Amino acid sequence: MLLMLIRRVLLGLVTVCIVSLIIFAGVEILPGDACTQFLGEYQADDELLAQCRKDLDLNRPAIDRFAEWAGGAMTGDLGLAVDGKTKISLIVGDRLQNSLLLALCAMGIGVPLALMLGVITGLWRDRMPDLIGSTLAIFAMTIPEFVSATLLILIFSIWLGWLPGIVLTSASAPAAEFFPEILLPVIVLSLVMCAHIMRMVRSSVIEVMAGDYIQMATLKGVPYWPMVFRHALPNALLPAINVVALTIAWLLGGVVVIEVVFNYPGLGRLMIDSISDRDLPVVQSIALIVASVYVCVNLAADLLTMLANPKLRTMYTRK
Amino acid sequence: MSKQPFISVKDLSVGYNSRSGSTIEVLRNVSLDINRGESIGLVGESGSGKSTLALAAMGYFKRGLRALAGSAHFDEIDVLALNRDELQKIRGGRLALIPQNSGQSLTPTMRIGQQINEALQLHSKVNARQFQSRVIELLAQVRLPDPTALITRYPHELSGGQQQRVAIAMALAGEPDALLLDEPTTGLDVTTQAHILELLRELAQKRNMAMLYVSHDLGAISRVCDRVVVMYAGEIVLTGTARQVLLAPRHPYAHGLLTSIPRLNQTSLPLALDGRPPMPGEAINGCAFADRCALVDEKCRTTPPDLHPIPSGENVRCFKSDMISDMPALNVKAGQRNSARPDAESAALGLESLAISYEKKDWLSSLLTPGATPRPATVDAINIKIQRGETLGLVGESGSGKSTILKAIAGLISPREGVLTLHDDIILTPRVEDRPAPTLRQIQLIFQNPDDSLNPRHTVAQILAQPLRLYYSLSGSALHDASADLLERVRLGAHYLDRLPSQLSGGEKQRVAIARAFAAEPEIVLCDEVTSALDVSVQAAVLDLLDELKTQQGTTYIFVSHDLAVVKAISDRVAVLYQGRLCEIGPADAVYKAPFHPYTDVLLGAVLEPDPDIAPILSADDVVELSPPARGCCFQRRCPRKLGDICDHETPPVRELADGHVIRCHVPASDL
Ligand SMILES: Nc1ncnc2c1ncn2[C@@H]1O[C@H](COP(=O)(O)OP(=O)(O)OP(=O)(O)O)[C@@H](O)[C@H]1O
Ligand code: SF4
Ligand code: SF4
Ligand SMILES: [Mg+2]
Repeated sequence: MLLMLIRRVLLGLVTVCIVSLIIFAGVEILPGDACTQFLGEYQADDELLAQCRKDLDLNRPAIDRFAEWAGGAMTGDLGLAVDGKTKISLIVGDRLQNSLLLALCAMGIGVPLALMLGVITGLWRDRMPDLIGSTLAIFAMTIPEFVSATLLILIFSIWLGWLPGIVLTSASAPAAEFFPEILLPVIVLSLVMCAHIMRMVRSSVIEVMAGDYIQMATLKGVPYWPMVFRHALPNALLPAINVVALTIAWLLGGVVVIEVVFNYPGLGRLMIDSISDRDLPVVQSIALIVASVYVCVNLAADLLTMLANPKLRTMYTRK
Repeated sequence: MSKQPFISVKDLSVGYNSRSGSTIEVLRNVSLDINRGESIGLVGESGSGKSTLALAAMGYFKRGLRALAGSAHFDEIDVLALNRDELQKIRGGRLALIPQNSGQSLTPTMRIGQQINEALQLHSKVNARQFQSRVIELLAQVRLPDPTALITRYPHELSGGQQQRVAIAMALAGEPDALLLDEPTTGLDVTTQAHILELLRELAQKRNMAMLYVSHDLGAISRVCDRVVVMYAGEIVLTGTARQVLLAPRHPYAHGLLTSIPRLNQTSLPLALDGRPPMPGEAINGCAFADRCALVDEKCRTTPPDLHPIPSGENVRCFKSDMISDMPALNVKAGQRNSARPDAESAALGLESLAISYEKKDWLSSLLTPGATPRPATVDAINIKIQRGETLGLVGESGSGKSTILKAIAGLISPREGVLTLHDDIILTPRVEDRPAPTLRQIQLIFQNPDDSLNPRHTVAQILAQPLRLYYSLSGSALHDASADLLERVRLGAHYLDRLPSQLSGGEKQRVAIARAFAAEPEIVLCDEVTSALDVSVQAAVLDLLDELKTQQGTTYIFVSHDLAVVKAISDRVAVLYQGRLCEIGPADAVYKAPFHPYTDVLLGAVLEPDPDIAPILSADDVVELSPPARGCCFQRRCPRKLGDICDHETPPVRELADGHVIRCHVPASDL
């Protein structure tokens, strides 16, 4: 067990290292450098460029700079933005917090709802609850997020006037100040993820309920509901762990469309803004963070699956 | 009013609604009575409705199926009329089932102990504080080793035989008055099977239970049942005492089933029952068996026969039950094996000091646990030379390394030691990726389960095209002709080309798999339990086909099976393996005759023959082991003839008797 833990963590670290290398190399290979990009619009003369490169320390060999950047990143210091003054960790930190807030809220609503609906539609397969649930899920999945977002704004903030349709709170405000503005984006996000997870849970419930061990439990005399909770669900929900993890990673990586529609100051919008500002150091940092989040969340999901699935667990604990 | 039989099914029909809206019957007018203390065998081909009937007796129908007419009573309770909660009180308690597929019938996320405990909670009158000890008692009763440790295990940590016993223990937890067993021993090793059947017989007697034993294994039925019911295409075609049905069947189908079973006292192939049963819903005008029956005449095709009593006491659904004696006798086989004698001069394949281990060397674990001694290899010291045109049978219990050896020959796993040679002069590279195309073509593998080995989304034409393109670069009409020819050779015909595997029966699928292997015109074909998933009648047809192909093309086979009678029927030479070590090898006749290696003796003693007069000989405590011993004889821990220290410490000598018959045992051949 321990062995396999060490192995997985090592593997995760290697992945992050490789990703950071690729990100760094990608930026290096781009024509020009951060300064030509940044100053490009001002018809920069050589003097300005030289000054800028000196400010940004671009004259040293790439390897050196990578080592320094990576070293800094590990201690949480992501360097300075392209303007040479703001600390990236500050900007990104705020945005990461906001994205986290949005993700947590959406998960808090979406995941339990999805599991419940998935189980219900699976158990009542092909009957009313399933037909309604599955149809709605398909709607939620196929309507583009910006359409459903716009619709919700139209209904709840313009017609009914219950909720603000746009987020005006500044990026660095404490979490509490995002309420109630955050509610609409949360609802849209939970709908989308709920639909995905629910369909997955539904098919997994159906598969398990058709299995031999459920037939056996029935023929052994286990009443219906205890059978569902003891025999069916623990098996049916196992594969859900990974899907939930993927969804979480997707949420944390910044949900660009939603953030733009609602003007929500999360990582996704920062990414867009930095790209249009040619702020390469910030883009680099966000890419690194998103990659790390993916690796961590997936690692956590795999570990959880392993703990929850006796087949995998015993593989490492017993000889 | 006289009391009803304990289990009583009357005129039951079961069916489902097809997509076109019509009702399709899978059971037609079936009646079955079982009294306390009686055990009834239910036999028939796959799909004949055996499981459906057994489940219906518990008031259970698979999704989609429903009772169309008739009734089912258990102890005078109408189980078809009960509601869900009332049914659940009876199920698993007074009326228990041991399922067809116990490996998949145990919930994977629950420990063994929990699952049996649950059955106790639901049905047992035992005080809750005694549950734990009762669970252990039940597990010990079904002869599981170390029950105390077992209760914390999960199902996947047990072998197939152990899972089966757990399922039996679970069924016994509710102290049932009636037990329904759906193929409880199919796919188990002969030894495990024989032990489980003895246990069931004992229990049935002690508790005066009513038992319904569903199986297509007539050997098992003959061991445990008083009466036998034969089903064909959803109907009962014959009922009688076990002795009547198994020794002098009065229905052509039952007769055909019995002749298609390979028996230990014969060296020839069993007679195959051609054709296949009608699909549910297929229009049947006369007798359902007419298309396959040797005695068929005009009347059979137009008038459906009734199930009627005959003077000797059986009930038969046939017009000509008095003419069965015209059919070939049960135990004299017409299906002579016509294999060409192997060519002793040229070797097809050589295995020299082959050793195989699944243990992987991993840098991290060797870093953390330095100096750990490697476990004994799974397969060790195998020396076999196989002649061209010869069929070598490999037998042994599960875990004896039969499939592992085949995988090594096919290049799917690299041996730890030893060499494989082709034709004496070509050394086979261990890994299949490194082998040149001609060598690849010469060795083909056929698997146990055609469902796993055929891609369900490819048509038969696509399946056969793969090797033909790969090895012979055929295309267009040449490809079509070659495929059609292959199908012809496996007796299927070109009209099967457009079918998908799901549109084929089990036997047909296996024939397609065989056709695919033969597409490469191989010299050596490795058959891994190719008939184990098939009904006896289909098995006979597949064995016949393999033998015919071999005669035509001089192919060399290595035929792996845990069924000793099947191996005897098809093999020229037989090798007996235990824990990956060779115990005995020699011409088929010699191996199945004294002198025996002690392990061969144990295996043969456990074989169940479809004859109530032949009882298996079981040695007291055989439990299948998990890993081979590090030193001495591989069979030391189970051997009934063990000599003592010498067996524990010294590898037994290779003693060659006449005719290349080799036995590896410390006991001199004259004493064996
Ligand atoms: N849920 C179902 N819906 C429709 N048809 C079914 C269903 N289950 C089984 N059948 C059909 O009913 C027939 C009888 O099936 P059953 O499982 O009782 O056969 P069996 O004799 O037990 O076969 P086996 O030896 O393979 O276990 C088969 O033709 C099968 O295809
Ligand atoms: S009724 Fe006719 S076709 Fe049917 S089994 Fe008897 S002889 Fe054969
Ligand atoms: S060598 Fe000893 S333990 Fe092995 S089979 Fe012979 S008698 Fe039995
Ligand atoms: Mg069945």
